[in-house]
Amino acid sequence: MPKGIAVDKQGRMKERAAMSDTNLLLAITVVVFFLLYLSAILFLGGGFAKPQNFLNILNNNASLIVLSCGMSLVMITGGIDISVGAVTCLVCMVSAVNLEQQGGNLLTVVLIGLGIGLAFGVVQGFLVAHLGIQPFIISLAGMFFAKGMTTIVSKEPVRVTNEGFLAVKDTRITVPGLGSVNKLGEYIPAYVEVGVVIALLTVLLLFCLLRWTKLGRSFYAVGGSSQSANMLGINVRRTRFLAHVLCGVLAGLGGILYFLHVGSGDVANGAGDEMNAIASSIIGGTLLTGGVGNVAGTFFGVLSLNTIKRIVSSLGFDEAWWSNITVAAMLCLFLVVQSVVLLRRNKK
Amino acid sequence: MQEGAVLEMRGICKYFPGVRALQDVDFTLREGEIHALMGENGAGKSTLIKVLTGVYPKDGGQVHIKGTEGAAVIRSPQDAQNAGISTVYQEITLCPNLTVAENMYIGRTRGAGANWKAMNSGAGKILASLGIPASPRQQLGSCSIAVQQMVAIARAVDMECKVLILDEPTSSLDEQEVLKLFGLMRDLRAKGVGIIFVTHFLEQVYEVCDRITVLRDGQLVGEYVIEDLPRVQLVSKMLGKELDDMADIKSEVGGASVSLEGAPVLEARGLCSNAGIKPFDFSIHKGEVNGFTGLLGSGRSECVRAIFGADRVTGGSVKMDGRDVKIHKPLDAMKQGIGYLPEDRKGDGIVGDLSVRENIILALQVMKGFFRPFSRAQAEAFADEYIKLLEIKTASADTPIKSLSGGNQQKCILARWLLTDPKYLILDEPTRGIDIGTKIEIQKLVLKLAAQGKSVTFISSEIDEMLRTCSRLIVMRDRKAVGELKDEDLTQARIMATIAGGDEA
Amino acid sequence: MTTPVKEPKNTAKRPHESRLKQLTRHQLFIPLAALALLVLFNLVADPSFFLVTVKENSLGNPVLSGNIISVLDNASELVILAIGMTLVTASSGGQDISVGAAMAIAGSVILRMVCGGQVTADTMQMSLLLAVLIGILVSMVFGAFNGVLVAYFKIQPMVATLILYTAGRSIAAWINNNQLPIINDLGFKYAGTFLPGVPIPTPIFITALIIVLFWLALKRTNLGLYTQSVGINANSSRLNGLDPKLIKLMTYVILGVCVAIAGFIRVSRSGSINYSRMAENIEMDAILAVALGGNALSGGRFNIYGSILGAYVIQFLTTTLYKYEVPSTALPAYKAVVVILLVVLSAPVVQEKLAGIRKAPAKTAKGVS
Repeated sequence: MPKGIAVDKQGRMKERAAMSDTNLLLAITVVVFFLLYLSAILFLGGGFAKPQNFLNILNNNASLIVLSCGMSLVMITGGIDISVGAVTCLVCMVSAVNLEQQGGNLLTVVLIGLGIGLAFGVVQGFLVAHLGIQPFIISLAGMFFAKGMTTIVSKEPVRVTNEGFLAVKDTRITVPGLGSVNKLGEYIPAYVEVGVVIALLTVLLLFCLLRWTKLGRSFYAVGGSSQSANMLGINVRRTRFLAHVLCGVLAGLGGILYFLHVGSGDVANGAGDEMNAIASSIIGGTLLTGGVGNVAGTFFGVLSLNTIKRIVSSLGFDEAWWSNITVAAMLCLFLVVQSVVLLRRNKK
Repeated sequence: MQEGAVLEMRGICKYFPGVRALQDVDFTLREGEIHALMGENGAGKSTLIKVLTGVYPKDGGQVHIKGTEGAAVIRSPQDAQNAGISTVYQEITLCPNLTVAENMYIGRTRGAGANWKAMNSGAGKILASLGIPASPRQQLGSCSIAVQQMVAIARAVDMECKVLILDEPTSSLDEQEVLKLFGLMRDLRAKGVGIIFVTHFLEQVYEVCDRITVLRDGQLVGEYVIEDLPRVQLVSKMLGKELDDMADIKSEVGGASVSLEGAPVLEARGLCSNAGIKPFDFSIHKGEVNGFTGLLGSGRSECVRAIFGADRVTGGSVKMDGRDVKIHKPLDAMKQGIGYLPEDRKGDGIVGDLSVRENIILALQVMKGFFRPFSRAQAEAFADEYIKLLEIKTASADTPIKSLSGGNQQKCILARWLLTDPKYLILDEPTRGIDIGTKIEIQKLVLKLAAQGKSVTFISSEIDEMLRTCSRLIVMRDRKAVGELKDEDLTQARIMATIAGGDEA
Repeated sequence: MTTPVKEPKNTAKRPHESRLKQLTRHQLFIPLAALALLVLFNLVADPSFFLVTVKENSLGNPVLSGNIISVLDNASELVILAIGMTLVTASSGGQDISVGAAMAIAGSVILRMVCGGQVTADTMQMSLLLAVLIGILVSMVFGAFNGVLVAYFKIQPMVATLILYTAGRSIAAWINNNQLPIINDLGFKYAGTFLPGVPIPTPIFITALIIVLFWLALKRTNLGLYTQSVGINANSSRLNGLDPKLIKLMTYVILGVCVAIAGFIRVSRSGSINYSRMAENIEMDAILAVALGGNALSGGRFNIYGSILGAYVIQFLTTTLYKYEVPSTALPAYKAVVVILLVVLSAPVVQEKLAGIRKAPAKTAKGVS
């Protein structure tokens, strides 16, 4: 039983020492990432030291960053959405078919992407929030639905030849000051793709949403304790619904970015990205049980995950299957750590 | 509405499956008064409050609030907030993962934006004015339970409510914090706020309250001005006088003569568990009925859970019939011939979707082993025997137990343990929330079992129930055994005095 | 509340309910109705669907052939998985989504054993029984891995099994060094095709054997009572002497055994393996089978025969869709719709609403009288 006076004195002292779970996990993630990357530079050298190498992680994963942020949102409210990878795939395929066979343009691609994402988000969100169905089952069904629909749209890969689209796809935004000189002595500027800018903007926007808006704080409240949130006067159902809708829209946006990166529709697009997104979120400090997490952490989670993948492949484990095993091992490690932390805290 | 009233509830009814939680209850709260809502466990206090705050939908009756025309419609906690009703619950209903300031303001304002600066400074002012040692930017989960409770009160206070409900807010506060809270309550009263105060502590009621409403078994007993109702009368109103009607079942069954010589059936020394009880000694003899008594949260359930191995035992030794035994988990206890009927019937007792038959045979079956299931005929015979013996009212032995009434569910759990033919049976609140007839049946059964030579530990919130069945009582306070009463000491007054720990009851 | 004590058992169900209502309430109503619908559809559309003929297989042996035989044959893996999945669902209130990947692992292990590490083997390098036993053992270990995460670390089953779902096929590939071993020994393929001289596909026998084994297990042990009890109320179960964690773990290990047998059947159909395509999406079908069999996906009471029936119905549906040339890759979309319909219909909120609609007229009728 806490004694009043003791608390009185300690309370003030605690103020500075007490770090919220969210910030603590974020800090761990950032440290883990920098340690990983630094040790890669130190021990594996060469490639990792080049700025372009780092920027390529961003270039290759712009879509995953957006997907993972959406995943984090739902996970913060205590849900999960494993349809995001398949939605990405569906968006790519429909966009490709639209550009190639129906004379679409960039605008229609954006509309298609966001529209498909919104539709998935609204349906899944409704079923989860208003009918109280387990989000995992619903999004599993959503995932299979999207996969099936993709092959119904087209079984064969569709390569995009639309010039307007390709121009945007191949736009390279130079990052000043980070270029390097190659063996022939030519200066090669460092660059990022358009998608990276959009992804970073999304992260920034979501960061602000989660940190400073009422909706953002409601996400945390609902995930922390939905009963308490209800008692505090938060509309729990609406909050859950909105989280799923946002996640759906972000999956749509992720699909557009993926499409922008690969420039084709293919049933293999985004395969396994739901796992990568979940793993990134968890590594980034989002708790599966909800209430704790941060998109900044998720961003670093994506970077950590892909740095590890690169390390594994530069260690000589080139085969594609190693990447899956690495992701799973990371996921397992962080899940177990989280679970142990939670079980301990509950015991107190 | 009455003159000066801020809140009127008329004819409130609420039913749960098998239970009438509230029956035609009236309640009136006036401006600038502190109104105690009293009653034993299961009397319907919490249910009444949850109906008022929109957590439960009501099944009948009307709520009127000052300033609104006609009956108020409260369907959710938000509605209640908007109507000017703020609540501080016994369990903390804040979000531990948000900051203190966020917990104070979230869910209150309209619009998408939020002014965090204003929010933090506003929260800081309120916290300072109430003397709550917390920073607005601190994560709530890092505060002590008492501070969290105070934050919940601060939130309610800041909402400029007309009605403030405090549902057992003092159970986790120490004396100084309670005094601070009372100061706060008086300030609010002076400002014209109506306060509903629910507590188990009688002294606190007489210290701050103006009026008392007593509930019993989901019904209104009456509303009294505090000066008109001395303590003793309040207690008798809470417990109910008509219980005298069934006074002497002890003599009816014939109290067994207990020989306290020889080795006790069970003897525990310095037993403690991870549930936070202080080490305690305990013993029980053949044919004896004894009990643990004390206020809610005093540790009486934790004691018997430690004996049964339901919580992790962290120290102490147990002897059965003079032999040392180790009880680490419930199965160990069961093998020693101990049975345990848990306090939380729904959460720990019944296995809801299983049939009455499966529920009855469960414990014996587990003792018999995984590879040796009872035949269908054998199981049916067991079930039928006990359904008949205990007069369990069920459509059939195949009915899922969850569709039975509370009393009949409890009888099934009793049957489950009787079937294992235990030497020693622990009954934790076997009579809570069940109808009066079944209560008496269970009490009679306890005495009958003792007469047959079984030992029984009986725990009940109703003291006279304990008086009627137990020959020895261990009194608990603050998770510590503070006294043992028997023979001529077994009177209501003595028990109350020991529970309270002061000189007067 | 006050039903008389001594009421004959037969009238336990509320007497005022009509026969029809009693029927629709029965747990097996949905799968049986679905089966009837499918049969009816095929009867009307093309009765030749049900034709069973005797054909010669590639070895020149006379064997039975036809859609019905193919349903019974191809459903084998699914039925076996559905049995294990039912237990896991009952005890832990969640589903194992790694079964497809775990089947690939088991298949890969068995192939590696019988090929003795070679890429192509013409004769088995190890006794088939031993190879299958090793496969089962490995699969049990992976089942235990899932079970420990669920029971002891309290991670939601679907998330815990996500790990193996992600890594499983890669592990399967790793076991054989990413090569695709092929076994040409006819003896290996007996289990997946036909035994010499027997015109009925072997998987049908294996499945029947497994069903009988589980029937015995449920009758002769307390498997059913314990798993249901733990799934419904873990706290009470613990206070009655059960170890809920251990029982949850046990169901995952049992599922591991089922997975290994299913994986064995699948690899012995062709004598080869495709890590990424083998038993793809079968986890979805297995979960669907459990739900279709009238079992709550949130755990608790179960009826294993419902799941078995559900599995056959799903295979019936798949075969029917194939017959009408729906491409196999598009199947998930159709099945997803069925899953969503099922979970929506079984959601408590929806059930309450439906019950409300049913009750409302009754209430007004009472009010008048």
